[in-house]
Amino acid sequence: MRTPIAYFLVTSGLLFAIGTVGVLIRKNALLIFMSIELQLNAVNLSLIAFSRMHGSLNGQVLAFFSMVVAAAEVVVGLAIIVSVYRRTGSVSVDDVRELRG
Amino acid sequence: MPLDNVVFWVFAPIAVASAIAMLVQRNAVHAALLLIVNFFCIAVFYLLLGAPFLFAVQVIVYAGAIMVLFLFVIMLLGVDRGDTLRERLVGQRPAAIGLGLALALEVFFAVRAGVGFAAKAPVGFEKVNAGGNAQALARVLFRDYFFPFEATSVLLIVAAIAAMVLAQRKARAITQAGAEAAGRGEVA
Repeated sequence: MRTPIAYFLVTSGLLFAIGTVGVLIRKNALLIFMSIELQLNAVNLSLIAFSRMHGSLNGQVLAFFSMVVAAAEVVVGLAIIVSVYRRTGSVSVDDVRELRG
Repeated sequence: MPLDNVVFWVFAPIAVASAIAMLVQRNAVHAALLLIVNFFCIAVFYLLLGAPFLFAVQVIVYAGAIMVLFLFVIMLLGVDRGDTLRERLVGQRPAAIGLGLALALEVFFAVRAGVGFAAKAPVGFEKVNAGGNAQALARVLFRDYFFPFEATSVLLIVAAIAAMVLAQRKARAITQAGAEAAGRGEVA
């Protein structure tokens, strides 16, 4: 493979930064959740790039575990969003303010 | 220009552009579809990096299962009408974009200092992937990481039960209404 590993790492960093901005500026809980998925994928990409760089499969196994945890996290997160929607009738994070001090 | 370089320079702009388009997209369904494009591009990167098994897992689990779940919830809740663009905190959006740019620049310089843009991947990854990537990965997974692998199965069961508990409110409400109707002697 002739592509430098650093290119993949910079792409991964860019995607992670875009995901961070998405979490910070979006108001819809579902879109915030999608941005978190984008961040998780960016980190998986850097794990696999480092695994290629160091010539070992440990990074790939870690990315595999991270996918499993992401699947569990999506199931629970979406169930929470659905139950918040049933309670407040909205998925905007600005409308969820029952615990506001 | 070697072939993998061509593939990288075709898919990297698509990945970044679809992520930015997802960021500015007001319609939730369109954002989900752009995220699927992004996941496919990342899957192609996995293929370039010598991880064909994770390529398949990425396409099946992320682009398939997880995004279908997202689209299902978006359509179930009917929240694809768009996002409010009113800011509750003054200056939150410019500050977020500025900090995001700072983060991207920081990663760029950290990679340049730590890895370097001239460093090519070492040859001989075929030796690591001996007998096929899935077999080699299974060897590592079921020898060195067997206990964490079993722990993830517990995690998945807990997540499934949690989702059922969080979503069962409506079913209980219906049975309660039925019991009240029976108590009043109404004909169901």
